[in-house]
Amino acid sequence: MQLARVIGDIVVTRKDESLVGIKLLIVQPLTPAREAAGRPLIAADAVGAGVGEEVFFVRGKEASFPFYPSQPPVDAGIVGIVDHWTLK
Amino acid sequence: MLLAKIVGTVVATRKDPRLVSSKLLIARSVDPRGKPEGNYLVAVDTVDAGVGETVLIVSGSSARMAVGLKDCPVDAAVVGIVDEVEMNE
Repeated sequence: MQLARVIGDIVVTRKDESLVGIKLLIVQPLTPAREAAGRPLIAADAVGAGVGEEVFFVRGKEASFPFYPSQPPVDAGIVGIVDHWTLK
Repeated sequence: MLLAKIVGTVVATRKDPRLVSSKLLIARSVDPRGKPEGNYLVAVDTVDAGVGETVLIVSGSSARMAVGLKDCPVDAAVVGIVDEVEMNE
């Protein structure tokens, strides 16, 4: 899983039917120092995250597991909203 | 998932039997502002997308969960046509 900040959202009307009702957000992966780490990507939201929040997301087929038994075609999914983190 | 712009189509006569009647598109990934970046890829279309449209592409094994692609040898599928991108950085 990776830390990221939600920086936007996308509106998609014509889509795979199992994506109906799933919020799609633009996330920018972050380093623990809150610097951008790589390109932004689109992730399915499973936890009610919003723009500006720091989250962690999972990549791969596992991103669809929160929506079980539906199996939407998603390869990145937000699975947690981060309250804070500490580095030692 | 990634945002991409459809820039072309692929015609392939000889192919895996499970790809027969799949529409193959050439897409180039774009950043959320629409600027092209990175690589071109070939993706299977599941939503009747066309050249010039901005689409949502799912890659890896998740692509096989798109409608009609169960057990197909694909690693990228177009699963949505993007109407609008809202950024707030």
